[in-house]
Amino acid sequence: MTRLLLLIFSCLVLAACAHSPVPRGTGDLGVIIERTTGSVQIVQVDPPLSLGRVEGLGDLSHATAVFSRDQRYAYIFGRDGGLTKLDLLTKSIAIRVIQGGNSIGGAISQDGKLIAVGNYEPGGVKVFDAETLKLVADIPATPVPTKNQNARVVGIVDAPGQCFLFSLFDTGEIWLADFSKGVEPELTRYPDIGKQPYDALITMDGRYYIAGLFGEDGLAKLDLWHLERGVERILPNYGQGEQKLPVYKMPHLEGWTAAGDKMFVPAVGIHRVLVVENSTWQQIGAIDVAGQPIFVVARPDSRQVWVNFAHPNNDKVQVIDTESQRIIATLDTGPAVMHMEFTSRGDQLWLSVRDANEVQVWNPYTLEKIATLPAKTPSGIFFSSRAHKIGL
Amino acid sequence: MRHALKVSAAIPVTKLSAALLIALSTLLFSSACVAEEEITDPAHQKRLLNLLIQDCGSCHGLRMMGGLGPALLPQTLEGKPRENLIALIMTGMPGTAMPPWKPLLSEAEAGWMLDRLLEGVKP
Repeated sequence: MTRLLLLIFSCLVLAACAHSPVPRGTGDLGVIIERTTGSVQIVQVDPPLSLGRVEGLGDLSHATAVFSRDQRYAYIFGRDGGLTKLDLLTKSIAIRVIQGGNSIGGAISQDGKLIAVGNYEPGGVKVFDAETLKLVADIPATPVPTKNQNARVVGIVDAPGQCFLFSLFDTGEIWLADFSKGVEPELTRYPDIGKQPYDALITMDGRYYIAGLFGEDGLAKLDLWHLERGVERILPNYGQGEQKLPVYKMPHLEGWTAAGDKMFVPAVGIHRVLVVENSTWQQIGAIDVAGQPIFVVARPDSRQVWVNFAHPNNDKVQVIDTESQRIIATLDTGPAVMHMEFTSRGDQLWLSVRDANEVQVWNPYTLEKIATLPAKTPSGIFFSSRAHKIGL
Repeated sequence: MRHALKVSAAIPVTKLSAALLIALSTLLFSSACVAEEEITDPAHQKRLLNLLIQDCGSCHGLRMMGGLGPALLPQTLEGKPRENLIALIMTGMPGTAMPPWKPLLSEAEAGWMLDRLLEGVKP
């Protein structure tokens, strides 16, 4: 009888255990944007595995994500102004707000407490409490004289010292919003940086903010260690040049990559990756590649950079050896490679192949494909390891 | 946008498909009038539609509600001569991010894609 009771008891304990979720970490998770269906897949990076899909995130063309510092939440910035706080553990939407009409990206503050979104419509930046997504600051951009609207915001990043930096497409400015003294930001404006900044990056050390210019050649650089120097122009020939070649997709500056003492930079409109010396900001070389480069991303050990391309050459990816500056592999990945994401130690590279409806996982050391995950028109891939990187 | 939404919401599905058929045949007829090569191969159409939604959509929004580029909804394009719009697609818009598509598309292809925009596309 005692034995029977014991058996029943053990069964009950086991059943209870089966129902309580096994605790897990969130440092090796990621999200895949499924742009057409407005859904997001939550994935485990190693071994590669889809954990589930969350739907109802609106228009996710050009969507990006940042992560809370505890790596539990992803904040997804949608094209339609949607800002979604996604719980990676429960695989559900924690909070979702429509904060604008047309949005291009966002950033999380150094302390993880603020989320800033750059908007085209209404032109400006809105800043939210990361916990509640309640609006804490609204920064309208400069009014555009000829139009009944404010300048469109591009290239929003976080910067050390609890700052956000962003550029204004229509009025050619860089703004620095300093939140170190509270939610009332101290704004510094840098006008006349050049025509039509379209995207920007902050270097991995958080020192330089660089804006690409659509309306003219060259780039605008702000040294955050020396704000008194203002915006300086670098790489005067960077851009479309005299010929104004057709550009089917503007390169992403986030893909700018420092590898050792050099930076590898996608050229605009031409089939080249440019090599720039870090210390002097001078171009010292150019590598011919298979198309107009979009993202140029370095393996975390800096030995390789991987490049994807604009339509119609977007069915392949090339791998450049940074030491010899030679292409060591051209990988036939399938149609429309949108984005590439390395694990933070570089043992895997994930890439989204939009028109094949799949995400591929590559071993960048053997150049072999190690896994394929189905996904609906995947675009951005973002790993939770971004939580601890400046500017991501 | 309001207008288009109201119309589609008010018409029952069967009537809508009938209306669509009429609209389609009108389109086919009108493209025949300007002596364009017709885009009839379903695989070709699928490729163009994908290019329209995914690649044009990168700037204009997957729902064509605008982004870096302007909205391309039926009501924003309404009343603009078709030939002008095709010419714009082919030559691009200097000073903006709109590239010339002539190196990659024929006029017939641009026209077919424009017609999808005039109908309204959904991703």
